[in-house]
Amino acid sequence: MNPLDTKKDYQEYVNKKSPNSPTLKNCFKAFIVGGFICSIGQVIMEYCKYRGLDKTLSSTIVSIILILISAFLTGLNLFNKIGKFAGAGSLVPITGFANSIVSPAMEYKSEGYVMGVGAKMFTVAGPVLVFGISASILVGIIYLIFNTQSITLV
Amino acid sequence: MEFFQNLNWMMLLKCFIVGGLICIIGQLLIDKTKLTPARILVIFVTTGAILGGLGWYEKLVEFAGAGATVPLTGFGNTLAKGAIEDVTKFGLVGAFTGGIKAAAGGIAAAVFFGYIASLISKPKMKKQ
Repeated sequence: MNPLDTKKDYQEYVNKKSPNSPTLKNCFKAFIVGGFICSIGQVIMEYCKYRGLDKTLSSTIVSIILILISAFLTGLNLFNKIGKFAGAGSLVPITGFANSIVSPAMEYKSEGYVMGVGAKMFTVAGPVLVFGISASILVGIIYLIFNTQSITLV
Repeated sequence: MEFFQNLNWMMLLKCFIVGGLICIIGQLLIDKTKLTPARILVIFVTTGAILGGLGWYEKLVEFAGAGATVPLTGFGNTLAKGAIEDVTKFGLVGAFTGGIKAAAGGIAAAVFFGYIASLISKPKMKKQ
C-alpha cells in the first residue's frame, strides 16, 4: 500500500467514524453519570424506608436532598464541570432542575436580589413548572371525566 | 452498618440501568435534535405527567425505584399522580390542588435552596 492510499483510506475511515462516535461516547457518559445519580437517590430512599418512612415521603426526601446537593454544587461552580462531562446524565435527573434554577440566578446576581436572582431563577424552571403543572391539571380533569363515566355506568 | 448489609443490590442495579437509559434518551435529544436543554426538561416533565396519568409510569417506579423517580419524568409523574389522587377525594378542585401538593417538597426545596445557593455563589465572569 502506498502512502496516498493509506491517507485516503484513513480519511474515509475518519469520515465514517467521526459523526457517530461522539454521540455514542456522550450516551455512555450520560448513562454512567445518570445511573450513578439515580443510585445515590436509591440508597437514600432505601435508608428512609429502613428508618420506617413510607414510599411517598421517602421519594420526597430523595428529591430534596439531591436538589440541595446540586444547588450548592452549582453555586460553587462545580456542577458545570460535571455537566460538561455528563451532558444529559446530570441534566435529566432532578439535579438538572436545581442547576437550571441556580445557574441563571448566579449570572444575573448583579441586577439585584429581587429582579436579578429572584426573577431569573425561573428562566428554565418556570417553563418546566408551567408545563408540568398544566399537564397534571389536564390529567386530573381527564381522569375525573373517565371516572364519573364509570360511576354512572355502574 | 446493618443497613448496608440489607441493601437490595438487585434493585440498585435496576435503578442504575433504568436511570441511565432515561438519561441516554435525553442525550440523544441533545445530540440529534436542536432542542435547547429547557425544552428537553419540559418534554421530560410533560411526558412523565402523561405516562403517570395513564398509570404506566408507576409500573416503572415499582421496577426501578429511584431510577424512575429521580429523572424529571418522575417529577411529572408525581404531579399527575397527586392530581388523580385528589380528584378521587375532592372532585374537580383536586385537579388543581393535587399536583403541587404531591410535588411540594421538591418545588419548595428547589426555590429555597436555589435562592440560597445563588446568594452565596461567587459568579465567575466567564462568557461562553
